[in-house]
Amino acid sequence: MTSGFPATADAARAPVPKLEMRGITKRYPGVTANDHIDLDLQPGEIHALLGENGAGKTTLMNILYGLAVPDEGQILIDGTPVRIAGPSDAIARGIEMVHQHFMLIPVLSVAENVVLGAETMANPIFLDLREASRRIRKLAGKFGFELDPDAKVQSLSVGQQQRVEILKMLYRDAQILVLDEPTAVLTPSETEEIFVLLRNLAKDGRSIIFISHKLQEVLEIADRITVIRRGRVIGERIPAKTNAKELAELMVGRAVLLTIDRGQSHPTDVRLKVEGLRVRDDRGGEVVRGVDLEIRGGEILGIAGVAGNGQDELVEALVGLRKVASGRVSLAGRDVTGASPRTINEANVGYVPGDRQRFGLILPFPLTDNLVLTSYYKPPFAHGLIRDEGAILAAARDRIREYDVRTPSPLVPAQTLSGGNQQKLIVAREFVGDTTLLVLDQPTRGLDVGSIEFIHKRIIEKRNVGAAVLLVSAELDEVMELSDRIAVMYRGKLVAFLDGRTADKYQVGLLMATGEGGSGVADATGSAS
Amino acid sequence: MDALLHALNGIPVLGLVFQFVEYFITSLPFTAHVAVQLAVPICLAALCGVMCERSGVVNIGLEGIMLTCAFTGWFAGAVVTGVLGPGTPTPIFGFTVPLLLALVAAILAGMLLSLLHAWLSISVRADQIISGAIINIAAIGLTGYMNTLLSTQTLAATSNFSALRIPAAVAGFPVVGWLINALFGQGPIGIATVLIVIIFQILLFRSRWGLRTRSVGEHPRAAETVGIDVIRLRYRNVVMSGALAALGGAYLSMEATNAFQAGMTQGRGFIGLAAMIVGRWTPVGAFGAALLFASSQAISQSISVSPPPGDLGTLLSHVPTQFFDALPYLITIVVLAGLIGRSIAPAADGRPYQRESAS
Amino acid sequence: MSRPSEGRSPVASIVSSVWSLIAVPLLAVLMALVVGAVVIVLSSVLVLKNPFDPTLPLTAYSALALGAFGSYDSVVSTLVLTTPLLLAGLGVGIGFRAGLFNIGAQGQFLMGAVGSVAVAVWFAHTPAVIAIIAALLGGMIAGAAWGFVPGLLKATSGAHEVVTTIMMNYIALAVLAWIVIGPLRQPGSVSPATPSVGVAALPIVLDRSGHIGIFIAFLAVPIAWFLLFRTTRGFEIRAVGANPDAARYAGVKPRRLIVLTMSIAGMLAGLAGATTILGVTHQMNTTFSTSVGFDSITVALLGRSNPIGVMVAALLFGAMRAGAGPMQINAGIPVELVDFIQALILLFLIANVALRRLLRLRGVSGAEQTGFETITRSYGGETTG
Repeated sequence: MTSGFPATADAARAPVPKLEMRGITKRYPGVTANDHIDLDLQPGEIHALLGENGAGKTTLMNILYGLAVPDEGQILIDGTPVRIAGPSDAIARGIEMVHQHFMLIPVLSVAENVVLGAETMANPIFLDLREASRRIRKLAGKFGFELDPDAKVQSLSVGQQQRVEILKMLYRDAQILVLDEPTAVLTPSETEEIFVLLRNLAKDGRSIIFISHKLQEVLEIADRITVIRRGRVIGERIPAKTNAKELAELMVGRAVLLTIDRGQSHPTDVRLKVEGLRVRDDRGGEVVRGVDLEIRGGEILGIAGVAGNGQDELVEALVGLRKVASGRVSLAGRDVTGASPRTINEANVGYVPGDRQRFGLILPFPLTDNLVLTSYYKPPFAHGLIRDEGAILAAARDRIREYDVRTPSPLVPAQTLSGGNQQKLIVAREFVGDTTLLVLDQPTRGLDVGSIEFIHKRIIEKRNVGAAVLLVSAELDEVMELSDRIAVMYRGKLVAFLDGRTADKYQVGLLMATGEGGSGVADATGSAS
Repeated sequence: MDALLHALNGIPVLGLVFQFVEYFITSLPFTAHVAVQLAVPICLAALCGVMCERSGVVNIGLEGIMLTCAFTGWFAGAVVTGVLGPGTPTPIFGFTVPLLLALVAAILAGMLLSLLHAWLSISVRADQIISGAIINIAAIGLTGYMNTLLSTQTLAATSNFSALRIPAAVAGFPVVGWLINALFGQGPIGIATVLIVIIFQILLFRSRWGLRTRSVGEHPRAAETVGIDVIRLRYRNVVMSGALAALGGAYLSMEATNAFQAGMTQGRGFIGLAAMIVGRWTPVGAFGAALLFASSQAISQSISVSPPPGDLGTLLSHVPTQFFDALPYLITIVVLAGLIGRSIAPAADGRPYQRESAS
Repeated sequence: MSRPSEGRSPVASIVSSVWSLIAVPLLAVLMALVVGAVVIVLSSVLVLKNPFDPTLPLTAYSALALGAFGSYDSVVSTLVLTTPLLLAGLGVGIGFRAGLFNIGAQGQFLMGAVGSVAVAVWFAHTPAVIAIIAALLGGMIAGAAWGFVPGLLKATSGAHEVVTTIMMNYIALAVLAWIVIGPLRQPGSVSPATPSVGVAALPIVLDRSGHIGIFIAFLAVPIAWFLLFRTTRGFEIRAVGANPDAARYAGVKPRRLIVLTMSIAGMLAGLAGATTILGVTHQMNTTFSTSVGFDSITVALLGRSNPIGVMVAALLFGAMRAGAGPMQINAGIPVELVDFIQALILLFLIANVALRRLLRLRGVSGAEQTGFETITRSYGGETTG
C-alpha cells in the first residue's frame, strides 16, 4: 500500500487506485494547511474527507484542482504522476469539482452553465444549445432526476442548483468527482436526493471525493472515511466499523483546552429580547426564520452553529446593519426593531463584526480614527462640528494601553497591524464604557492563541460587570468554554437551548450538524431560567 | 377626415400634441435618415462599450478612442493621398485606396489605445475609470496638438465615403420605403454598423465566444474553474472593441465629413456609454438607445430646416434652439435615473480579476 | 511627540516622510516631461519635416518656464490661472475622498460663471462690495446646484455620477449659449455677449491682472483641509470613501453625504467659474469655454486629494497653462501639448507600480501604493443605506 496506512479496507480492491495524492504539503504564512497528506481513491468509490472547518480539506482539493500549488507532494492518476497547474489541466484529466460556493452564473440558463468551457458546437462559431439540452435531459434521466435546461439558474432552488453543478461534471464525463461540502446549503430531502444520485454515479464506475464535517452524512454515504485534523491525516475508517462518537473524537481531537475560570453568572434584567425575527440575505432568501431569544445582563448566550446557518444575518439585523423582515427586537425593554446602527450604538451596544475588515475597521485610517469610529461625533471627541484631536489622541492612547494593542504609534493606519491587533483594536472600541449588550460575531476567528485568550478574558470581564453578551461562533470549543447558555442555530432557527455547564460537546456537535440532538435537549424556549 | 384633424388640432394644448404627431409623421423620411446618421457614431461607441463591459472591463475612454481614430483616419488619408494621389472613387461608396488605407490606420490606432486601456485595467489592475479618463485627456491633447501643428501645413485634401443612393422608386415605396432609405441610404460605415449590430447580437448570445464573454463578465471565478482564461479573454475583447470605437471615429472624419476638427466627437463617446446602459448591455438595445438620442437631435434639425406650420410652429419658434441641443443629454439623464434599477450591469463589471491560485 | 523611536533626527524623519509623499508624483511629472519631449521632437521631424533637433524640447520647456515664472507679470498670470484650478481641484478632491468621481467640474464651473454674471448684471446698481459678494454667491449656488443634481440622482436611483455629470456638462454648455444669445445678451452688441459685470468686477490686488480671487482660492486650501480633517463631517466624507460599510456602521448616512459632497464640490467649481468671470473675462460670450474641468481632475489626482497637494498640483498646472501661450509663440509648440502632458502624468501615476516593476527601478522608500486604487465604484456599486 502506498497510502501509508494499514489496509483497513477490503483487499479485493483494484490494485491501481484511480487517484493517489502522496505527501501533499502546503504552507501558508504561519500555518501548514496540509502536512504530508496521503489519500487514495478507488474506481467506483465514495471516499469521504472528514474534518472541522479549517482542517485543510478545501486546500487539499484546491491543490487537486489546480487552484493552489503544493509545496511538496505528488499526484498520480491511474498510477501515473501528473502535473496540475490549473483547472484546465484538472479538467483534461477527468477531475471535476463542485465548489463549496457554487460556481454558477445566475443570469445564464442551465444549459449555458453546463456547457461553459466544454461547449457543444453546431459549427466552429455557434453553440448547439439544442443538442446540449438533449444531452442534459438524457444525462439527468439516466441518473434519475429532471431539470429544465432552458431555465435561468437564478430561478432554481439551491437543491436544483446543486444538481446543475453535478451535471456540469457529468457533461464532461468526469471520472473523479470532488464535492466540497455539497450538502451545506441543502434541506434534508434535497440531501437525500443528492445521495441517491451520488450512489448511482459510483455504481457507474466513477470515483467520488465527498468533503464534509457532518458525521451522519459521512457515515451514510461513504465507502471509506479519511479524517483530517490541522492539516494531517488522523485516521481512516470504514463506516460499518465505526460510529459517530468515534469519528467526532477523531475530528475534534482531545486537545486540552485553555480553560478560563469563567465563574458563576448572575443574570439580572432582560437586556435583549428577540421575538419571531425573520431576516433575508442579500439575495432575498429568508435565512433567519423565526428566532426568539432573551439575554439578561451578566450572562453569555453562545450561539453555536455551522457557518452559513443565518448567524451573520441575525447579528447584522440586531445591530441595525440589515433590514428586519418581520419580528421584534427590544433592548432593555425599548423597541429597536429596524433602528439605525447609530441608535443601537447609542443604546450602549457593542458589536464585534464577523468580517472585521468590512464593518469593523477603516483600514487606511489611523488607529485614533478607528477607535472613535462610533463616537467621533459626540463629546469629548467633537464639539459641534469640530473634532477634538487632543481628546481623540488621549483616549486612543489609553485604550491602546488598556487593550494591549501592539503598535508603534496611535497614528499609523490600521492596516499596518496584525490580525490579532486589529481585532483588539475593535474590542478596545466596542468594550469600552458601560455596555448594555455585546454582540460578538466570530470574535476570535483567525487569531493567534495569545489574542484569543486575551479576548476571552475580556469577554468574561464584561459579563462579570453586568453586560449581556451574545456570542456567535463556528468554533464549538469557544462557545462551550465561554457560554452560560448555549443555543444551537440550524437553518435559520434556534433549534435548542442548553445549559452551558452541563452541555455535552458531542451532543452540541450533533445538533449543529443535524438540527436534532436525540435526548437531553433541555428546553427550547429561549428564555433564561 | 381633414375636418376631424382640423377639429382635433383646434383643441388647446392637446391640439399641439396632435399637430406635433402630424408633423412628425410627415417629416419622418427626413428625420429618420438624419437620425440614423447621427446614431451611427453613438451606436458604435456603445457597441465598443458592450464588448468591453460584457467581459467585465469598464471603458469610459470611448470618447478619446473615437477622437484619436477620427484624427488618425483623416491624417493617414491625407498623407497617403499626398503620396499616392487621390485615386478614383468607386461609384458605390466612393472607395479609394488612400481612404481604405486610412480606415485601416484608424482601426489600428483604436486597437492600440484599447490595448493600453486593457493593460492598465487588466494587468496593472488600475482604476478603470481613471484609465479611461487618461485616454480621453490624452486624446484631446494629442489630437489638438497635432491639429494645431498641421494647420501651418498644406495637406492633400481627402475624399470621404459616399452614401448609397437608394433609387427613388424604392425610397418612395409606401410604408417601408423611408425605412429602407434611412437604414441603407448610408455610407459603408453606416451600413456596416447596422450589420455589426445584428451580427454582434447573434454572436453574443449564440456563439462560444459570446457565452464565454458573458460568463467572464458575470462571474470570472466560475469561468476560470471550467478552464477559461479570464485574463486573455478580457484582453482580446477590449482590444477588439477598440476597432468598433475606431469605426465610430472614422465615421466622423471620413464619412460624415472629410476633415478633422479639434474635439469633433463632442461627447458622442459618453452618450454612447449611456446608450449602452439604456440598451441594457445588448447590441440591439444600444442601437435603439442611440437612435432615441439621435432622434431628438434629428427632430430639432428638421424643425429648423422646415418648421411646422400653425400654432405648433409659433410655439416652437419660441423654444430656444439650445433646448434641443441639450435634449439628448437631458433624455440620457432621465432615462438613466429612471432605468438604472432595472438595467443591471454585468456583475463583475469594473472589477479587476486576480487569479487566486499561484500564491 | 508620539514619534516612534527610530535612530533618526526629527528633521531627517520629516524629510523622509515628505519625500515618501511626493516621490511618486514627482517621478510621474518627470517621466511625462520626458515623453512630452519625445513627442515634440518626433512631431517636428515627422509632421513639419524639420531637421532633427534634440534641443527643441529644451527650447519649448524653457519658453514654458519663462512664460510661467520669467517675470513679475508672468508669475501673476500663473497665479491667476492657478486660481480656478485650485478651487475646482479642491472640489474634485473632496469628491474623491468620498469615493465620488465628479467629472462635472466643467459644467459646474460654467454654471458658476453663468450664475455670477447673471447676478452681477442684476446688481449693477448696488455698491461694489454688495455686488461682488452677491455675484460670488450666485456663482457658488449655481455650481452647487449643478453638483447637487447628479448627487441626488446617485443617492436616489443609483445613476452613476460619471455619466450624469458628463451629461450635466453638455447641458451647462447649452444653458450658457442660451444665456449669452438670449436673456442676458448685451443689447446692440455685434456678436452675442453679456454686458460687463460692472461694479461686481473683482478688485485687482496684484498689478496688473492679479484679482482678489487668487486670495480666495488660497484661503480655500486651509478651509478645505480643516473641513476634511478637523470636522466630523469631513471624517464622515472620508469614511464613506474609504469603507462605505464601516461608515454605515459608524452611523453615517451615505446617501445624504453623497448629495452634500457633490454640492460642496459643485460649489467650489462654481466659485472657480465666478472668479474667472468676475476677475478675468468680465463678460461672457459664446466662446467662453475652458479646460478647467478636466484639468482639475488631474490636479486632484496628482495632489492625492489632499488640499495641500492639490495646491501644489494646481500651481504646477497653472504655470503650465500660463507658459503654454508663450511656448506656442516663442517655440512654435502648440498649447495642447500641455493637455497631453497632463494625461501622461496621470498615466505614470496609476501605472507607477507596474512601471517600476517593468523598469526594475528600486522601490521609492515607503511610497504608499494606495490612494489610486479604485477611487470609483462601477455602475453596479450602488449606495447602500
